[in-house]
Amino acid sequence: MPSLFQQIQAGKLWDFHGGVHPPTRKAQTAQKPIGMLPLPDRLYIPLRQHIGVAGHILVSSGQHVLKGQPLTSADNSMAVPVHAPTSGTILAIGEHTSAHPSALPEATITLVPDGLDEWRTRYPLNLATSDKLSLLERIQESGIAGMGGAGFPAHLKAGLTQPVDYLIINAVECEPYISADDALIQEGAITIVKGIDILCKLLNPKAVLIGIEDDKPIASAALKAACSQREHYYVRDLPTKYPSGGEKQLIQLLTNKEVPAGRRPIDIGIVMLNVGTAFAIAQAVLDDHPLLSRIVTVTGETLSQPQNVSALIGTPVSDLLTFCGYQQQTDNKIIMGGPMMGFTLPDLSVPITKTTNCILAPSLHELPQSGKETDCIRCSACADACPASLLPQQLLWYSKAKDPAKLDEYNLFDCIECGACAYVCPSEIPLVQYYRVAKAEIREQQREAVKAEQAKARFEARNARLEREKQERMARNKQLAQAREQAQQSGSSSNAVAAALARIKAKQAEQTVAPADREQLLAEREAKKQQAREYQAAKAADKQQADAVPEPPQADAAASSEATTGNEPSAVEPASAKSAAVAAAIARAKAKKAAQAEADKQEKMVEAEQTKQPEAIEQTTPQAATDPRKAAIAAAIARAKAKKQADSEKS
Amino acid sequence: MSLLTALLILGGLALVFGGLLGFAAVRFKVQSDPLVEQIDDILPQTQCGQCGYPGCRPYAEAIANGDDINKCPPGGDSTIRKLADLMGVEAKPLNAAQTVAIKRVAYIREDECIGCTKCIQACPVDAIVGASKLMHTVIVDECTGCDLCVEPCPVDCIDMLPVSPTPERWKWDLKAIPITQVE
Repeated sequence: MPSLFQQIQAGKLWDFHGGVHPPTRKAQTAQKPIGMLPLPDRLYIPLRQHIGVAGHILVSSGQHVLKGQPLTSADNSMAVPVHAPTSGTILAIGEHTSAHPSALPEATITLVPDGLDEWRTRYPLNLATSDKLSLLERIQESGIAGMGGAGFPAHLKAGLTQPVDYLIINAVECEPYISADDALIQEGAITIVKGIDILCKLLNPKAVLIGIEDDKPIASAALKAACSQREHYYVRDLPTKYPSGGEKQLIQLLTNKEVPAGRRPIDIGIVMLNVGTAFAIAQAVLDDHPLLSRIVTVTGETLSQPQNVSALIGTPVSDLLTFCGYQQQTDNKIIMGGPMMGFTLPDLSVPITKTTNCILAPSLHELPQSGKETDCIRCSACADACPASLLPQQLLWYSKAKDPAKLDEYNLFDCIECGACAYVCPSEIPLVQYYRVAKAEIREQQREAVKAEQAKARFEARNARLEREKQERMARNKQLAQAREQAQQSGSSSNAVAAALARIKAKQAEQTVAPADREQLLAEREAKKQQAREYQAAKAADKQQADAVPEPPQADAAASSEATTGNEPSAVEPASAKSAAVAAAIARAKAKKAAQAEADKQEKMVEAEQTKQPEAIEQTTPQAATDPRKAAIAAAIARAKAKKQADSEKS
Repeated sequence: MSLLTALLILGGLALVFGGLLGFAAVRFKVQSDPLVEQIDDILPQTQCGQCGYPGCRPYAEAIANGDDINKCPPGGDSTIRKLADLMGVEAKPLNAAQTVAIKRVAYIREDECIGCTKCIQACPVDAIVGASKLMHTVIVDECTGCDLCVEPCPVDCIDMLPVSPTPERWKWDLKAIPITQVE
């Protein structure tokens, strides 16, 4: 019996359970050269296009950036940066529709290309002289995330330290319509093999297995030619079957090993990367060309020129469709991804991301609307088709019943959502949709459980703290009481001075503020009071002067009359000052009255509109808008009053 | 004679085992009711008091003493189902008087906050930061959405805002993508 390695060397292939054979429909794009898309008007670059966290933003709105300049940083191991795909100006950093089935807005940088396509300085690495760490750093800084669809950061896979038996390069591309990898291999097989060389240096595998489906003969031949000089690189032509390109399925096909549930391929000594990722790694290391563009299959019967195009990351889907001659039909939809696993786009401004491999614009005749879902007849066709050897009919049952325990028992989380079960279902049940809903529900529950745990811990910590504070307070009070008692006792026996001292001490202990601080505080307060007094005095003086201004005729008259009678110039001043003061007092009284009336009015208004509080607040605020702080205080008081009244009415 | 031996042996055994059980009852006595702990673990720990008890643990104790299991709106159907499993009773729909609320968190309109610290004292999970006469704010990730801070606020500057969904937390819509045969 030959060993597993010998069998693999001899070219033996295995099979996985289930699978389906949908029409591939790749011919309309696979044989054409890759189209070069003209520069779009705007590029929408989402900050996070991989599994992990987004890096911190390095640029600001209005800044000019060069092609290849990082826009976010790779500040932790789960962060993968994004780069400016061409030179231009940052228009905005905000939210834009995401390339996600939910189409929820996500953080995105908008770039306006300047048309110059001006590169930053590039520093290619020499593979022979650079060490592993600098290679890994370069892979991370170049923003490379798995290009097969999941978007797992490539530097994490390439930086695995466990022993690796087999490095598997996934060139299967099993989903119908998609031929992006096929086109890439046809044009860049040599670069791909260079990328594999870099991965071999990092991972040191026993053998490299390249899996490709046998419906891509040109690409397969190109890969074989490129690998001819390498020992232990094996290109394997696999029979066309969906989903051979699934990670676990391909491992089974090539090595007859099964990845245990909930584990990763590295646990059985295997690392798998997509051909696109290998290509991007070669470009990043050898040319210092970060991941700025990718090949996207744009296909479907509504397009006059379906083809593979090289699109910059961030190009809106609408630009790709226009380039390929899209004619809109009523009710047809645009799908991102393939027909089996893709999702319908609600909006064509969604950008191409690092993981987008296909834009499908089928006609209604080509991909008709699904028929009416009928009841499960338990024919078990889905179980025969399931590549993960699950029981889809049971999972459907428990998904509908919302039974997480049973779903777990039937290994829902091993489902790769390939859609084979829904494809074969005679009752047209959208099985994958049910699983996705159930998975989201279970994940949400797990998150809630974690949150509940945290909340409980915080609640208990708070209760403990309150209890502790209470104990401390009680202990202090007790101590004080004891001290007082002691002082009284000693005071009655000896002298009153000691008692007074004890009292002072107790008081000092009570006061947390240090005496020096207290003095300072008092001084400050005094100074502030003084300031306020001065300010008031100055204000009063100002007012007096202002009030005095309209008086002059009277004052003059008084002065003149006095001058005629008494002929004493010194008497003029006190007399005019007196009359001015009287006038000022009257003015003050008037102002006060007016203010009172105003206040009454306000209060009435508040009363009248306490049912519509917000409006009342808005109305009262502009009246006193001269000083925003005062206005805010007035508003707060008004609200408090209104609330109190409402409460009293309620009770 | 043999009858007497049998009686003695059986009596002796009864004494020995009785003693063992008695010892075990004292030695391994469980202080708190483990059932209450289990119920408390299932409850969502919002400490909101919507069940009519002052917190999740008191409600857990009440359930252990036979109260209804359908009084927890933040927990929703899944909590009721788990409680029904644990207690061995029929799962009931949520109490008619209470409605399942959408998940919300508190938000303080900061320019209106007067810094009275009343909400800080009300928050059961210490999710509000701030100090006297200084602006307060809510730590969104720690807020359980219990509403307890809204009432004490003298200037009504606290809003309960629904949590906006993110792509990670988004739940698939069953009608979003009809999957069909290609041919």
